[in-house]
Amino acid sequence: MDFTRLTARKIKELIERGEASAVEICRAFQDRIREQNPKVRAFLHYDNDFALDQAGRIDRMKRAGEPLPELAGLPMAIKDNLLIRGLRCTCGSRNLENYVAPYNATVIDRLASAGAVFLGKANLDEYAMGSSTENSAFHPTRNPHRPDYVPGGSSGGSAAAVGADMAVAALGTDTGGSIRQPASFCGVVGMKPTYSRVSRYGMVAFGSSLDQIGPLAHGVEDVARILTVISGKDPRDATSLAVDVPDYAGGLGRPIEGLKIGMPREYRKSGISEPVRTRIEAGLKLLEDLGCHLIEVDLPHTDYAIATYYVIAMAEASSNLARYDGVRYGLRIPGQGDLSSMYRETRDAGFGAEVKRRIMLGTFVLSSGYYDAYYLKAQQVRTLIKRDFEAAFQKVDLLISPTSPTPPFRLGEKTADPLAMYLSDIFTITANLVGIPGISLPCGLTPDGMPVGIQLLGKHFDEQVVLNTAHAFELAGGFAP
Amino acid sequence: MKIDGARVDYIARLAQLAVTEEEKRELIGQMNSILEYVEQLNRLDTSGIEPTAQVVHTSEQNYSWRADRSRAGFSQEQSLGNGPATGSGHFKVPKVISEK
Repeated sequence: MDFTRLTARKIKELIERGEASAVEICRAFQDRIREQNPKVRAFLHYDNDFALDQAGRIDRMKRAGEPLPELAGLPMAIKDNLLIRGLRCTCGSRNLENYVAPYNATVIDRLASAGAVFLGKANLDEYAMGSSTENSAFHPTRNPHRPDYVPGGSSGGSAAAVGADMAVAALGTDTGGSIRQPASFCGVVGMKPTYSRVSRYGMVAFGSSLDQIGPLAHGVEDVARILTVISGKDPRDATSLAVDVPDYAGGLGRPIEGLKIGMPREYRKSGISEPVRTRIEAGLKLLEDLGCHLIEVDLPHTDYAIATYYVIAMAEASSNLARYDGVRYGLRIPGQGDLSSMYRETRDAGFGAEVKRRIMLGTFVLSSGYYDAYYLKAQQVRTLIKRDFEAAFQKVDLLISPTSPTPPFRLGEKTADPLAMYLSDIFTITANLVGIPGISLPCGLTPDGMPVGIQLLGKHFDEQVVLNTAHAFELAGGFAP
Repeated sequence: MKIDGARVDYIARLAQLAVTEEEKRELIGQMNSILEYVEQLNRLDTSGIEPTAQVVHTSEQNYSWRADRSRAGFSQEQSLGNGPATGSGHFKVPKVISEK
């Protein structure tokens, strides 16, 4: 039996019909990981007994004649900044190399109740800070399409695990594109939900006003299925909202004729590379053929988005990462026997270069004398960017763009220049600043055979329209699994 | 140039980070180039514009409330489980109070 290119629905059917047990499926993926992971390096660590135990529970339900839950036996990769009780959670950092999670993230509780199986913890840029997974303190992850290319980041391990068929689906986190950009680079689907749609309890915080957890999979239907399971109000995350959670997968399949899709005029001058432009134009044509109206819209503050994003993200990061002081968890270097040198030497040894750079810049923009000029200014420009999107969404139902202005780049190509790495986030960061949902889905290959992703952005809590349009697109384009 | 060696030392002290001379040289260049890029925000007139700190909790109906009741938390064992130095039910830290 071919265990690759499976979907959640097919897996549940296989188990229900007795054609395969959850344990057999789990073992098949563990074999695949043993064979592929040394090349792709998508997983940082995995506990085969833990996953087999979860799968065994599904098989016992089946034998007892109980109805199987929605995601029964679904083999998943979980980004290693989400807590699974009893397993290590490293965040790709030396600092948390030996940290064992004392509790489950809410998304993990919900997925486990829905029958998902956690194959292992996926690599990431340290504390989710990066766009290539090269900032992992342990090792970079390779693009499953070509090993000398990056998988994107920061959820590069999650995207590469799905792209290399080492997992059927994955969870990532997205602070400025960290689900969507690696999904695009690895040729899979990845969604960042509306801010507050999914509880962040048990996710290691980076930028608290920007962070969201979301699913990655081969197709839109699985993304929709997983999103329904993980969404909704959680008393343990005060920022999660009590907005009704629809059956997103059940809502797929409606015609998208007459839908108005906005093309931001400003994005044309954002350095979109030729192979990406060609694929995106073909994608736009496809949507027109499906009866969508493509309309040009203006997002006048686009040029300021990256600067705004990095000021806010770094300020929030410097504040969130203050907790790593070597006292309650994580690495400790004793220093010279006093508290201050223990703090400094612990943090020096525990954090990598990019994390330190962001803590330094974040501390600077929040420091006395500079707060108004940088942090407050960025928060005001965030208001202007939000207004741009509100005005655009008066005219259209969705916005469309490439996910990334370029195809995947080579390992090492951008590590020397942090600013160049930041500039490649232009199309994804605004969704985080504005809090709206966004999806990246495959849109064909470059002449070199590298994946190109197309991005759809929707209004707050309008995930269903985003998913339904994405679903129609992948079916019409032949990109569905 | 906003960032010089003395400024790096000052920020590193605020952030409780140790910075070597080599890291300092690199940080001066990188931080200045990033801040120079960020300064384009000053081209915008933002007088009278409200800052946005978060995006969805904009009205009282979106606020989260819960009853003010005590709830079970982690056990002492769980809380100390990841501590790098513990003893007698506490986290151990270097002496904070000076002898003088």
